[in-house]
Amino acid sequence: MATFTSASKPVRKHHPAPWAKRLLGRVLIYGALLFWAFVCLFPIYWTITTSFKSAVDVTQGHLIPWLDFQPDWKGWRSLGLSPDTIFGTSTSRAEFGSRFANSIVTSVGASVLALILGSLAAYGLSRFRYKFGWMRNDDILFFFMSQLILPPVVLALPFLVLYKALSLLDTRFGLILLYTLTVLPIVIWIMRDQFNSIPIELDEAAFVDGLSTWGAFIRIVLPLSVPGMAAAFILSLVLCWNEYFFAALLTSTDAKTLPVMVASQTGSQGINWWSMAALSTAAIAPLVIVGIFLERYIVSGLTTGAGK
Amino acid sequence: MQNSSSAADAGHHKPASPRVAGSRKNVGRAVVILASLAFLVLLLIQILYTTGATTSGFADWRPILAAYLFWAVAIGVGQVVIRGERGLRALFLLPAVFFTVAVVIFPTLFGIYIASLDWNLSSLEGPRFYGFNNLIALFHDTYYWNALGNMIFYTAAVIGEYAVAFGLALLLNAEIRARKFFRVVFLLPMMLSPVAVSWMIGKSLMEYRFGPAATLARYLGWENPAFFASPWMAWLSIQAMDAWVSIPFIMIILLAGLQAMPKEVQEAAKVDGANGWQAFWHVTFPIMLPVSITVLIIRIIFKLKLADIVINVTAGGPGGATDTVSSFIYRVYRDRSNVGYGTGLAIFYLLLIIALLTILLRLSNRWTQKVE
Repeated sequence: MATFTSASKPVRKHHPAPWAKRLLGRVLIYGALLFWAFVCLFPIYWTITTSFKSAVDVTQGHLIPWLDFQPDWKGWRSLGLSPDTIFGTSTSRAEFGSRFANSIVTSVGASVLALILGSLAAYGLSRFRYKFGWMRNDDILFFFMSQLILPPVVLALPFLVLYKALSLLDTRFGLILLYTLTVLPIVIWIMRDQFNSIPIELDEAAFVDGLSTWGAFIRIVLPLSVPGMAAAFILSLVLCWNEYFFAALLTSTDAKTLPVMVASQTGSQGINWWSMAALSTAAIAPLVIVGIFLERYIVSGLTTGAGK
Repeated sequence: MQNSSSAADAGHHKPASPRVAGSRKNVGRAVVILASLAFLVLLLIQILYTTGATTSGFADWRPILAAYLFWAVAIGVGQVVIRGERGLRALFLLPAVFFTVAVVIFPTLFGIYIASLDWNLSSLEGPRFYGFNNLIALFHDTYYWNALGNMIFYTAAVIGEYAVAFGLALLLNAEIRARKFFRVVFLLPMMLSPVAVSWMIGKSLMEYRFGPAATLARYLGWENPAFFASPWMAWLSIQAMDAWVSIPFIMIILLAGLQAMPKEVQEAAKVDGANGWQAFWHVTFPIMLPVSITVLIIRIIFKLKLADIVINVTAGGPGGATDTVSSFIYRVYRDRSNVGYGTGLAIFYLLLIIALLTILLRLSNRWTQKVE
């Protein structure tokens, strides 16, 4: 018996040839990768193609341009952005343009402001030892970081009342202030990490050369911290560009941003698929481009922001 | 008050202002005191004016904002004049502190005050002191508790997102071609605005009549693919959309953790004869535990703010099944303009979050220490 089992063991545990197993593994891995790539890309593909479809093509679920359906500038025409309407006057394009400009101004403005405030604070926290009452550096850092847990609803209604009193409702400036506060903790975190990675000996060498504290910061340390600043800036830009909650509550006509415009269109009845698709495409396009070309900054920003 | 001294480089710095001349110190103090007085006087004038006690004041509160800015600048100048080098160092931190006090601390405190009012913005009556009545009303508000209950499910779903994200991170960490392509593609959903996603997926892909997802579901044998009709299905659909947007974030952090892991560890496991699953469960997963806990906590923090997708796709329905606290408060304000009650709900929610996170952080500290 014993000899029999031991003899049969290799047969029973017969592995498929190593190359076959390896091939199977490869197929599984690439299968999973392609499946998830499809999951990620299909909604984007669907939105972009739908902006070129007519009603019939939408209802029949046609998917592939030129094969299934004849692309048409329908959606873009309704936004005034198709080749034949782009030079004419168009109220919808004017509206879209102003929303787009609002989005750019608020997100860039808030990112710049957060970067300035955050870099200064991060440099201070990375180089000096502060005492603020009972608060030391770690407590001060925690104080800034703890704002991350604040849900927007807590601030939204007080801000509504305060902005009313300050006549800041429906202004870009008001939105910039709010967006700055939402991204400031992240910027401080990323920039502190960046400054910590720059050796303090560089500062000291600058002091020896006769630079002041601020001189050393601006002339020596800041130029070296461009990668961190780029990461913090782009990450803030993404977060501010996509922000909806505050914008929906605090803007009505002048300072409406793109997400609010998209949301208000979905709410209306008898919604035109092609124009909604065109609008969504236009709203996500800048960030898709940022995501494709500046991906490494986003990744580096996220991994310092959370990987520690 | 504010006081800074050099960190590790005490010897190399110029000595931090050993003796600033006494008169200079006095000038600095005078600047601070004068600026504070001016700010307080302006504030008082405006408060008296708005409450109707006096007749002269500003049309709106903007001058007070400007006065606050001037006051902040004066404090900064005062710091430099009084403390010299140490004041210059404090100047790095002060802008962020003043900003945070103005836009976070003050509004939060103001929010606590508003929460004690009965204040309907659209009515002409104006605010009325209401004491703890908002709090009492909150305990009888079944919709609010329903939303809080939903948040438990939404938070629990983070584990599922984490599992998928871990799988994707492992895939990206395997020896594959076109890794950069896949990484960019997997990251893309995170870049999209949740509002656009609401339309792209919630309102068009999952559209009942001719959305591709509904078509696919029919093809797979689900005769009536209504993604937002039954409570559980609607919740799952919303959760799926949120997962689609947020899995890339978890994945990127986990991938960074995997790439930082020394290769020898994996090889040692293989030499010991561990198969793929054993190597993962006994080697990779424990090493990744600290990173995992961090990313889970961050993800939970963001999950607790979930609102955009719910507001735009289901508005909380059907029957409140998909409601989050944020989307519910949003509707409380939109439908009833009740600032006092809405803020009360929000502040109560904030207290719950703080309690939850304190417990979570304690637990995670203890847990990671035990593992180490």
